[in-house]
Amino acid sequence: MSKEQILSSDGIPLEESLKKAERKNKLKALFLVAPLFLFILIIYIFPIGDMLFRSVDDRMITKMLPKTFKAMENWDGQDLPDEPVYKAIYEDLKYLKENKTYGKIIARLNYEKSGFSSLIKKTVRKLNKIEEGNYKEQFIKIHKRWGQPEYLVALKNTAPNWSYAKYLKGVDLKFDENRNIIKQDEDRRIYKTLWLRTVNVAFWVTIFCFILAYPISHLLATLPMKYSNLLMICVLLPFWTSLLVRTSSWMVLLQQQGPVNDLIVWLGLAADDNRPELMYNVVGTFVAMTQILLPFMVLPLYSVMKTISPSLMRAGKSLGGTPLTSFLKIYFPLTIPGIGAGCLLVFILAIGYYITPALVGGASGALISNNIAYHMKSSLDWAFASALGTMLLIGVLAIYWVYNKLVGIDNIKLG
Amino acid sequence: MSNDHFVRFENVDKSYDGKQLVVKGLNLDIEEGEFVTMLGPSGSGKTTCLMMLAGFETPTNGQIYLDNKVISDIPPHKRGIGMVFQNYALFPHMTVYENLAFPLRVRKIPKDEADKKVDKALSMVSLQGFEARMPMQLSGGQQQRVAVARSLVFDPKLVLMDEPLGALDKNLRESMQYEIKHIHENIGVTVVYVTHDQTEALTMSNRIAVFNDGKVQQLSSPDELYERPVNSFVAEFIGENNTFGGEVIDVSGDKCKVKLNSGTEIMANPIVAKSKGDKTTVSLRPERAIIDPEKDMDNNHKGKIEEVIYHGDHTRLRVDLLGNKDFILKIPNSSNRMDIKEGKEIKIGWNSVDCRALDPK
Repeated sequence: MSKEQILSSDGIPLEESLKKAERKNKLKALFLVAPLFLFILIIYIFPIGDMLFRSVDDRMITKMLPKTFKAMENWDGQDLPDEPVYKAIYEDLKYLKENKTYGKIIARLNYEKSGFSSLIKKTVRKLNKIEEGNYKEQFIKIHKRWGQPEYLVALKNTAPNWSYAKYLKGVDLKFDENRNIIKQDEDRRIYKTLWLRTVNVAFWVTIFCFILAYPISHLLATLPMKYSNLLMICVLLPFWTSLLVRTSSWMVLLQQQGPVNDLIVWLGLAADDNRPELMYNVVGTFVAMTQILLPFMVLPLYSVMKTISPSLMRAGKSLGGTPLTSFLKIYFPLTIPGIGAGCLLVFILAIGYYITPALVGGASGALISNNIAYHMKSSLDWAFASALGTMLLIGVLAIYWVYNKLVGIDNIKLG
Repeated sequence: MSNDHFVRFENVDKSYDGKQLVVKGLNLDIEEGEFVTMLGPSGSGKTTCLMMLAGFETPTNGQIYLDNKVISDIPPHKRGIGMVFQNYALFPHMTVYENLAFPLRVRKIPKDEADKKVDKALSMVSLQGFEARMPMQLSGGQQQRVAVARSLVFDPKLVLMDEPLGALDKNLRESMQYEIKHIHENIGVTVVYVTHDQTEALTMSNRIAVFNDGKVQQLSSPDELYERPVNSFVAEFIGENNTFGGEVIDVSGDKCKVKLNSGTEIMANPIVAKSKGDKTTVSLRPERAIIDPEKDMDNNHKGKIEEVIYHGDHTRLRVDLLGNKDFILKIPNSSNRMDIKEGKEIKIGWNSVDCRALDPK
C-alpha cells in the first residue's frame, strides 16, 4: 500500500515517507551525539558564557545598596548630596551589618576608589551610635570622607547593573569621576606591556617552533619507516610527559649552576662568576615554551608533508629546477596548509600559556594568563580576570578571522 | 670509452642495503631515436635502472653514459632528461599552463617563446584550451597527457617513462599507447619506457629489454622476443607458453631429440640445451600446435581434451598431452567448427623449429 504511495508521481508522499524513514536514524545519531554535546555544553559553553557575563556583571553591589542608589538617582553629583541619601546609606549599611555581609561591598568599592575600605569599616563599627535624624552631619563626623563629594560620586558610579570598567582597566584606561574615559595613572599602567609581551612571546615561540619543526617534519615524512617511527617517538615522548615535569626539568637545566650554564662557561662564552640568567626572565619562557609547543607544530606539518609525493620533487628536478627552486616553487607551497595549521595552533596555545611562564618566567617573563590567575587566586577580582580572559578570547578569534581572510580556513590541515 | 651509443649502461651494479644486488652487471646500449622498453616483473630492477639514468639513484658500481658523457656526477636537474612518473607527479598547486611552463621558466626562456612551446606541447597531446585548469580538475587520461606534454615541452633528447599508464583503465591505456607511440614517431625523441605489461611493451617499442633478477634476460625487437625467446624466463614471461621438462638425448644439426619426463621422445630446436645429456625445458607457443595436422609435421602426438573454454574470437582447449595436463591450444572461431568435446582424444602436431629447447626451470 505504502509502496504505491511512494511510487506515485505526486511527490509529496515520497518526501514524507523519506522523512519517516530517516527520522529513526536521525534520532539515533542525535542520541549518540548527545553525551558529547552535553559535556561540551556543561564544561565549555556554559563556563565561557558565565565568564563573559561575569566580566560585565556589576549587580552585586546594586542589590546590596538598593536604597542608597534609589536615593542617589536625583543627585546631580556636583555638591554633597542631601539628607535622604545619607539616611538611605545608613539603612542599607545597617541591614548589611545585621546580616554581616558588608565585607563584599568593601572590596567592590575599594576597586572603584581606594580609601573606601577604612571609610566603610569605620562607619559600620560606629553605626550603633548614630541616632535618628541629621544623618549627614553624623556621617561626616564619623569619617571626613563622607564630606568629600568624590567618594559619593564613586559610590554612585557603581550603581549600574552592567559595567565595562574591567575592560577599560585591561587596556590601561579608567573612568574618572565624571565617567570620562582617561588613561590609567602612570604607575599603574601594566596591562599594555603585558599584552605586548604576551603577543611578542607567542609570536617568537611560533617562529622558533616553525624553524625547528619544518626540517624535523620533513625528515619524519621522508625517512624510511623504521627510522621515522623512532624519530616520531622522540618527538612525541615529551608530549606524553607531564607538562609540569618538562617545565621543571627546564628549571634544572637553565638554573645558574645548571648544565646549560656550565656548558656556556666551559665554552668560554661567559665568566664563571658572571653566569648569564637563563631563567626567571623572557629567555626561560622562550626556551621552555618552544620545546613544549614543538609537537603541535610538528604534527600538522608532518601530516601534510606525508601526503606530498616524493615524485613531485623529483619531477621538479627532472624538469630542470635546482633543488632550491624545486623546494621553493613546489614543496614549500604544498606545505602551506600545514604551516598555517601549525602556526595557528602554536600561537593560540602560546598566547594563553600559563604554567611554563609562571614557573620559569619570573616577573619579566610573566604573561597575561599569569595575571588572570593572579586575579582569580590572589586579588579575587574575578570580574577583572573574566574581562582579561574574554579579551584573550576575542584576540584569538580575531587572529582566526584574519587567518581565514588571508589564507582561508579550508586550507588548514591537521591530519 | 663508449662508441656512439646514445645511452650506455656499462657493468652497472646497484645495491640499496649492501647485501643484495638489485641490478647486477648491467650492460645496455640505446640508440638515438629509439623507443626502448624495460619490461619485467616487479622487483626486477627496471625502475632502479630508470632512476639511475634520471639521476635519482647512483650506481653502486659501473658507469652510465649519455651522449658519450659520463653522467654519474651530473645532478638530475642538469641532465636535461624529461620524465613521466608513475602517478604523473603534476604539481597540484599549479595550473596546466604553469606545470608546463615550469621547466621553461627555470631555464629562463622568455615568456612569448615559452607560451609558444607550451601551446605546441599541449597541441601534441590535443589538450589546447586546458591551460587554466588545475590538475585535480582533469580526468586520469588528461592528467597523463599533461604529464607527457610537460616532459616534452623543453625539447629533451631523452624521455623516461616510469609505468605511465599503470593507473589508467584498459581502454584508455590502449589509446594512450598509440598516442605515445605516435608522438615518439613524430618528434623522434629517444624514449626509455618502463612497464610490467607485456602487451604495452610489444605494441609500443622498437626494442624490449626483459629484466629479471637484476639482469637483462633478452634485448631484442618485439617479434624476435615473442618468436625466439632465448631462455625459459622470457618464454614464460612474454605471451602464453606450453612447457615440457626433459633431457636432450640426441643432437643432429638444427634438431635435437628430447626425452620427456613422461618417457616420450619429441623433436625440438636446440637453443640453450645444445648437447647430449643437457636438462631442458621445451617451450611451445599454443598457436603453433595444430589439431589434426594435414601436412607433415615432425611431432605428432595424441592428447585428451580436459577443458573447453569459449573466448569469443577463439576457443581454448586444455589438453592432457605427454604428461602435461595444462597444455593449452587455441582454435580460431570459424564457421566450420570442429567436433570438440571434453574427454575426446585428438591428434596434435607441431614443427620442431617452433619447439625450443631452453634452459631447465
